[in-house]
Amino acid sequence: MEKRRKLVLSALLLPGALWIVLLYVAPSILIVIYSFLTRQMGGGVIWAFSLDAYQKLFSYNPDSRFINDFVVIFLRTFWWGLLTTFICLAVGYPLAFFITRQKAGTRAVLLFLIIIPFWTNFLVRTYAWKFILNNNGLINVILSSLGFRRIPMINTPFAVIIGLVYGALPFMVLPLYAALDNFNYRYVEAAQDLGASYLTVFRKVFWPLTLPGVVTGSLLVFILTIGQFVVPVILGGGKVSMIGNLLAQQFGMAFDWPFGSAIAVVFILLMMIGIVYYIRVEARKEASS
Amino acid sequence: MTAARRTPSTDADVPIQRSDARFLRWGKRTLGLNAVLALFFLYAPILVLVIFSFNDSKLAARWEGFTLRWYGSLLQNESILHATRNSLVVALISTALATVFGTMTALAMERFRFRGRRVYDGLLYLPIINPEIVTGVSLLAFFSLTLSALNQAFNLSGDSALRTGLVTVTLTHIAFNIAFVAVVVRTTLKNFRRSLEEAAQDLGANEWVTFRRVTLPLIAPGILAGALLAFTLSLDNFVITFFVTGPGGATLPIEVFGLIRRAISPEINAVSTIMLTISVALIVGSQVIMRRRGVMSDE
Repeated sequence: MEKRRKLVLSALLLPGALWIVLLYVAPSILIVIYSFLTRQMGGGVIWAFSLDAYQKLFSYNPDSRFINDFVVIFLRTFWWGLLTTFICLAVGYPLAFFITRQKAGTRAVLLFLIIIPFWTNFLVRTYAWKFILNNNGLINVILSSLGFRRIPMINTPFAVIIGLVYGALPFMVLPLYAALDNFNYRYVEAAQDLGASYLTVFRKVFWPLTLPGVVTGSLLVFILTIGQFVVPVILGGGKVSMIGNLLAQQFGMAFDWPFGSAIAVVFILLMMIGIVYYIRVEARKEASS
Repeated sequence: MTAARRTPSTDADVPIQRSDARFLRWGKRTLGLNAVLALFFLYAPILVLVIFSFNDSKLAARWEGFTLRWYGSLLQNESILHATRNSLVVALISTALATVFGTMTALAMERFRFRGRRVYDGLLYLPIINPEIVTGVSLLAFFSLTLSALNQAFNLSGDSALRTGLVTVTLTHIAFNIAFVAVVVRTTLKNFRRSLEEAAQDLGANEWVTFRRVTLPLIAPGILAGALLAFTLSLDNFVITFFVTGPGGATLPIEVFGLIRRAISPEINAVSTIMLTISVALIVGSQVIMRRRGVMSDE
């Protein structure tokens, strides 16, 4: 019997494990190995140990704004990640709250409107912004037909940040909605009975109790945003790069696979450190409140 | 309970201070305005895109009148048609296989205890949390290494040499879809009462019969939801596909990306509108199926 159970278990696990191990675990290990190998011109690697890739990533370049251009791209990516998270939280929190306060029917419709973007092609939704912001796009056509001068918007950080927020907002709203929907309003009544003002109720009751939703939403948005590749290409025109573009470039036109691998390794490490640190801080905040 | 949730007490014994009343009124207005603006931000671009796909002008953003000719010209566009066919083939095959394998994985994780289970549990989330761009370049490195090794081992070269294309795209889509299907089905498995399975076994059903007659019908909505998710994820995937595809293996998003990069055009608006319509039809369909299933299981 026990033996049969083991057989069933192996059969159930095998196909899934095969795919995950071959196409996710093995390539991840391969990338770490590649980052310590020697560059081959025209793509690929030479199997000889080298630290060139990491040296290149951290070498000092006096012409650059900060250490070197690669570090600048890393810093920009993380800064935009934070900025996008903050904007999404500032818009998403009140939006999620607003949705939970509607009648059942309205609530279902609004929720559906938030979910639709999850299921629609991101490329197409980003293109929609290009159509609007382009030099011969909707806004500029309207401006010029009204006799105003055209404003260059495409291929600027402004356009990229709009695209980033646009892609990430639903990922913030849904976890916040879940947290706010479970919220028990008796706590608010209790606080108000004790004479707390609306601001105090929000600060001392609402915010701390919905913090898990804030943490989940922020993490989702941050991870999604710092890994962006599509938005900077379509709305930044390759002029304002993020880590994703730098990475793609090394495996594409630049043909420096070890350097690309090193970027991927450092990126994942930084992301993990950031996530662990953030969860720790939030957990402490939650414990103290 | 529900009454308390709908109306936060403003009629408590404590008299409402005037500043609080003003705050409440002001707050309500701001909340409403924020919601309207946020939804406008989310939907205005999509609406503009759809409207201008019917615009009778090559200058994409100036309205000249209604036309369907951009949709007509799509039907004559060989590379778009080819890419659409590729997308459907990849989505159908990867959804079918990933639904079966993902469900099997979910059953193993939820119904068995084994060594290494926790480690594997973590690995199963890799496709979900690993940034797509990192997955993409890792797979590019992996496929180029393994394919060249295979080509060398079997002495394949020229036209017969293995290279990236539709097959590598399909294999990759199966991989990430397994993870997503497993998550959805596991949630369903967690949420139903084990006592139903136990009852069947008490009545003499063996494990296989219990699974087929009790467990499977109960988790069927979850499996269906997982399959729908897998199908959409496959149809929409761009970033990972971009790195694992090759000559002749362009899916629709890959083809569309090539067009978008160059310029804005009414043809892109038309193909975008079709893609959006298909996605929305899929969600509405899934909601309808879920609701009907829900009613049936309540009986």
